[in-house]
Amino acid sequence: MASAYEALTPDKPTVGDVEIQNYTINFGPQHPAAHGVLRMVMELDGEIVERVDPHVGLLHRGTEKLIEYKTYLQALPYFDRLDYCSPLAMEHSYVLAIEKLLQIEVPIRAQYLRVFFAELTRICNHMLNLGAHVMDVGAMTPNLWLFEVREDCLNFFERMSGARMHHAYLRPGGVHQDVPLKLLTDIGDWLDTRLPRLFEDAISLVADNRIFKQRNVDIGVVSRDEAIAWGFSGPMIRAAGVPWDIRKSQPYDVYDRMDFEIPVGTKGDCYDRFMVRVEEVRQSARIMKQCLSEMPEGPIASSDRKVVPPKRGEMKRSMEALIHHFKLYTEGFHVPAGDVYVATESPKGEFGVYLVSDGSNKPYRCKIRPTAFSHLQAMDFMMKGHMLADTTAILSAIDVVFGECDR
Amino acid sequence: MSVSHAFPRFAMPEGLGDALTAALGDQLIQIRECVGEYALHVRRDAIVEVVTILRDQLAYQQLMEIAGVDYPDRAERFEVVYCLLSLTRNHRIRVHVATDEATPVPSVTGVWPVAGWLEREVYDMYGVLFDGNPDLRRILTDYGFKGHPQRKDFPLTGYVELRYSERDKRVVYEPVKLAQDFRSFDFMSPWEGADYILPGDEKASATQPGAPTPAPAQTAPEPVKGEAPPATPKTTESPAQTGEGKADPKGDGAK
Repeated sequence: MASAYEALTPDKPTVGDVEIQNYTINFGPQHPAAHGVLRMVMELDGEIVERVDPHVGLLHRGTEKLIEYKTYLQALPYFDRLDYCSPLAMEHSYVLAIEKLLQIEVPIRAQYLRVFFAELTRICNHMLNLGAHVMDVGAMTPNLWLFEVREDCLNFFERMSGARMHHAYLRPGGVHQDVPLKLLTDIGDWLDTRLPRLFEDAISLVADNRIFKQRNVDIGVVSRDEAIAWGFSGPMIRAAGVPWDIRKSQPYDVYDRMDFEIPVGTKGDCYDRFMVRVEEVRQSARIMKQCLSEMPEGPIASSDRKVVPPKRGEMKRSMEALIHHFKLYTEGFHVPAGDVYVATESPKGEFGVYLVSDGSNKPYRCKIRPTAFSHLQAMDFMMKGHMLADTTAILSAIDVVFGECDR
Repeated sequence: MSVSHAFPRFAMPEGLGDALTAALGDQLIQIRECVGEYALHVRRDAIVEVVTILRDQLAYQQLMEIAGVDYPDRAERFEVVYCLLSLTRNHRIRVHVATDEATPVPSVTGVWPVAGWLEREVYDMYGVLFDGNPDLRRILTDYGFKGHPQRKDFPLTGYVELRYSERDKRVVYEPVKLAQDFRSFDFMSPWEGADYILPGDEKASATQPGAPTPAPAQTAPEPVKGEAPPATPKTTESPAQTGEGKADPKGDGAK
C-alpha cells in the first residue's frame, strides 16, 4: 500500500505538473483595507505570508521641510493634516514643544479645554478605527453605528473651532478661542446619553462575537519584549502588557488632576488591541466628565503679549495692543535657541516633536515622530506565518493613518 | 487664577549627570542640558557601545526616534539625534552624533530593530550613511528620487514636478516651472541686527561710487520733424459736419 501511495504522491512533480513556488503580490497602493496609500510587497507560500515589505511614503508631502519655511504659528495647521483622524492630538505635541522652549505658562482653563477636546479627539479617532477594524474583518453594522458617534464628535468640533476636521484650535500659550457654555453642556448630555448607548450597542455586537474573535484572537501576537524593542507605543504597547501611558507617567496639561485607568492587554494580539481601544473610549468619556465638572472660568490664553496676540476689541483701542497684534501676525514670535523632544499620548500612540530653534521666528528643524512608522515596520514579523486574510486585521489593529506616517 | 507649565512633566533623576559621565567615560564629548532635557554628545564611532550601555545599564529601553539635523556651517554638517525613553525610570534622554556626507555612522539596528526604518529615513532625507544597516534604501521619497530633500541647500520647491501625460498614458517628471518666483519674506527686524546692508545704506560710505551724473538738459528742444500742422484747424460748425444720421421725421423712434 505504502509503495502505491508513494507512487501516487511523488516528491518531485512529474512531467506536466506545475511546481508551486512562492509568489509575490502587491497589497495596495490602492486597497480599501490599506487605510490609505500603503503598498505592501508580500511574498506568499500559498496563502501563508512569508515576508512583507511595506512601502510607505506615497503620501509624503514634505511637511517637515515646509515647516522650516513658516513661522511657528503658520506651521501649526500643518499638524492637523498629519493624522487627519485625530488632528487636535497632533497640534498638542507641537504647541507643548514650543511652550517648553518658551517656558511660557498656560492658564488653567486653557489646559482643561485642551484635555477635554483631546479626549474628544481620542473618542473620535477610536470610532473610526474600531469601526474600520470590524469592517475589515467582515462586519458592516458596527461601523455604521460608530460613524454616527463620529459624526456627533465632528459636529462638536465644528462648534468648537469652526472646522470639522482641521481645527487649528490650539495655540502656543493656550487655545484660540473660548467655547460657548451651551457646547459644553451639550457634550455633557451627549456623554451621558447618546455616546454610551450607541457605542455600547455597537461594541456588544462584536466584542463577544464568535466570528470576530476567530479573526482576531491570537493574530499578530507581539510579546512584551518585542513591543519594547520595536518602539511600540500607545494601544499597541499597552495591548502587549506594558502599562505605559504618557498621560499618566509624564502628565501634560491637567492630566495629573484626572482620575482614569489605563487598560492593559494580556496576550498582545489584535483582539487585545481592539479591546484596549474600546476601554480607552470609556476612560476618555470619564476624563471629559471630570473636565466638565472641574473646569474653572478664566482666560483661555497666556497674557504674554510677546507670544499671544491681544483680543480684537483690545487691539482696536490700545496702541500697544495694535503693535503687538501687527508684529505677531507679520513677524511672529521668536523662540529661544535650543532643542526639545516633546511627546504626547495621541490616540495612536506616542506622537513626538523634536523641535530645534535657532532663536529666530521659524523652526530650524521640526522632526515629527509618527506613531505608525514604528508599528508598520513591525508588520514583517507580525505577519510572518499568518494567512493573507489576516493582513487586514493586523493592519487595522495598528491603527495606521498615512498622513501621519508619511508626513 | 492659577497658571502653570503645560508640557509633559517628568522627574529629573538624582545624580543622572554623574552616572552618565561615569558610565560613558571618554566616549562622551559633552552633556548639555536644555530646558530640563539632557542631550549627550558622543563620539561617532562609539555610538553602538553608548546606546548599549544606556539600554542595559541605565534602563533606557526604548528608541523612540532618530532625527537628522543639518547645520551646513559646521565641519561635520549633520547631526543624528537618537531619542531614548526609559519606561521604568520614566525619563527621556537624547544622544547626538555628528557626521558628514561621506562618513558612515555605525548602525544601531543590532541594539533596537526599530532603528532600521528610522535610519532609512535619515538616509533618505539627509544622505547620512549608516554602516551595518541591512536595508538602507530610500523610504519616504519616490522611487528613483535624486537628492536628499531635508538638506538646507535643497530648495523647498524641489527640482522636478510630476504630471500625468495624456500622450504617454503615464506620469512623467519635468523640471519645476514656477508661474511666480518663490517668495522668501524677510521677517527679521532691521533694528535687531540684520546681517545684510539695508536698502539705501550703501550710499552712506564715501568710497561707494554714486550713480553717474546725469547729462545737462538741452536749453531749447528740437522741433519735432514730420508733417506740418494743417493750415486750417478742424472745426465743427454745423450739424451736417458732425456725421450724425437723419433725424426721425415722426420723432417717436418707431419704424
